[in-house]
Amino acid sequence: MAIRIEHLNYIYNEGMAFEKHAVRDVSLEIPDGQFIGIIGHTGSGKSTLIQHLNGLMRGTSGTIYYNGENIYAKDYRMKDLRSKVGLVFQYPEYQLFETDVFTDVCFGPKNLGLPKEEVEARAYEALRLVGLKEKHYKKSPFELSGGQKRRAAIAGILAMKPEVLVLDEPTAGLDPRGRDDILDQIAKLHREQKITVILVSHSMEDIARYVERIIVMNRGQVMYDDTPRNVFGHYKELEQVGLAAPQVTYLMQTMHSQGWPVRTDATTVKEAADEILRVLKTVEM
Amino acid sequence: MLRDITLGQYYPSGSVIHRLDPRVKLAGTLVYLISLFAFRSVEAYVVATLFLAAMISISKVPLKFMMRGLKSILFLLLFTSIFNLFLVPGEVVVRIWKLKITDAGIETAAFMAIRLVYLIIGSSLMTLTTTPNDLTDGLEKALGPLKRIRVPVHEIALIMSIALRFIPILMEETDKIMKAQMARGADFESGNLIQKAKNMVPLLVPLFISAFRRANDLAMAMEARGYHGGEGRTKMKPLEYKKRDLAAYLILAGYVAVMFAANRLKIVPALF
Repeated sequence: MAIRIEHLNYIYNEGMAFEKHAVRDVSLEIPDGQFIGIIGHTGSGKSTLIQHLNGLMRGTSGTIYYNGENIYAKDYRMKDLRSKVGLVFQYPEYQLFETDVFTDVCFGPKNLGLPKEEVEARAYEALRLVGLKEKHYKKSPFELSGGQKRRAAIAGILAMKPEVLVLDEPTAGLDPRGRDDILDQIAKLHREQKITVILVSHSMEDIARYVERIIVMNRGQVMYDDTPRNVFGHYKELEQVGLAAPQVTYLMQTMHSQGWPVRTDATTVKEAADEILRVLKTVEM
Repeated sequence: MLRDITLGQYYPSGSVIHRLDPRVKLAGTLVYLISLFAFRSVEAYVVATLFLAAMISISKVPLKFMMRGLKSILFLLLFTSIFNLFLVPGEVVVRIWKLKITDAGIETAAFMAIRLVYLIIGSSLMTLTTTPNDLTDGLEKALGPLKRIRVPVHEIALIMSIALRFIPILMEETDKIMKAQMARGADFESGNLIQKAKNMVPLLVPLFISAFRRANDLAMAMEARGYHGGEGRTKMKPLEYKKRDLAAYLILAGYVAVMFAANRLKIVPALF
């Protein structure tokens, strides 16, 4: 068991006019190797929640355990935690600062106090993992395109070899092609490196294709925590909190209500297509 | 730290003071600050304290909020008080080794400390009860006559309002970048002074880039909406004095009169 959150609360500006209860009594268990999606409307507390996972924010109350150790314990080494739980912020390209991409990626492992060869080996590996071409390594980060910058920034976190990778809206502001590329790379990372991945997004479509578990946040609380199939079954409730199920869910529901004997729990376009074909074949026969 | 700066942090509570014309508040704050430095007697300070306390209670802004502004000047406050205490010449009261504390020293230190504290609270009261937009509108209107001698009043007001508007944005941005770099193992706290300054590079470079990007975007957005300076520009809500503003001016005048009277009273003799 990697991460256990118990009754976590976080209140912004406690006791003042702008007080906001951003995380409300959240308890979660995140085992090793899962690919998890966290979705929620803007202001649902999802970004606040994930900043607790590597100790950047400290809960107003509640506890978090990483591999069984309480991260709020006095002698807990927060720096170790931050290297084990890699957090990629929204628009991570805004954190690039070095003169070239390669040096920037080295920043993380260098802060871990590793020897130079190890630092560079990790930087190469991370850049290779995110699929950035070698000709870009010595360029200034500001010469790259938006998608390339984002890859470089994600590599900056990967170079620290985290056991858990948390990404806050990694596809925000990218075109569809760049979005699919990044998500495919992340899925590949999860498959090959066997790391736990937590993907924060408000796009159901993005999440449905990749994750095995979805946590829906609403007003700082966990609303659903289940497999994509079961979560999208609640598509009416999701709409009420400003979210939507993937388009295929709506298609299947409509077909079903018009008398087609299709199952309605398909979550991806491919599953939906297979299901429709199956039904068409039985109807023809 | 950064978060303790109360300047430019509006606290909405909808009190009478919030609804006053910003010019009244500007004038009031200015008069109050001058009165703090013009008078120097216990009686006058009692009046100044009562006046400030009354204004704070009318404003409905929690006292805790005002005090936050004081944290940032704590060092300055200690520094000036200690210097005044030991360096002002006068009759020696206490002698510790080579250091002398004089009667005039104690008096000056006390007055300076009170002045500084009231100055910060007084001006925080203005910024907490006035939105930055109102504040610059008021300033622009109040300084209007200076346009005749070619002072670019509108531009100054605009620069001020943009600067005020950007304080919270840049603070938030700093917080974000700091966290992002901390997630990569950056350390902003330990090390000696040179080390600390070096550690700021990963924060400052992205911060500057983002500030320039924002400035650029803002300029573009303003031009796209036809901004061309103050010439012939009208306001959606032009500032107009209302009855309550007149009343506020009268109260202000009353305060000054009482200050003068109290200063002449001399019930309490000079401290020593």
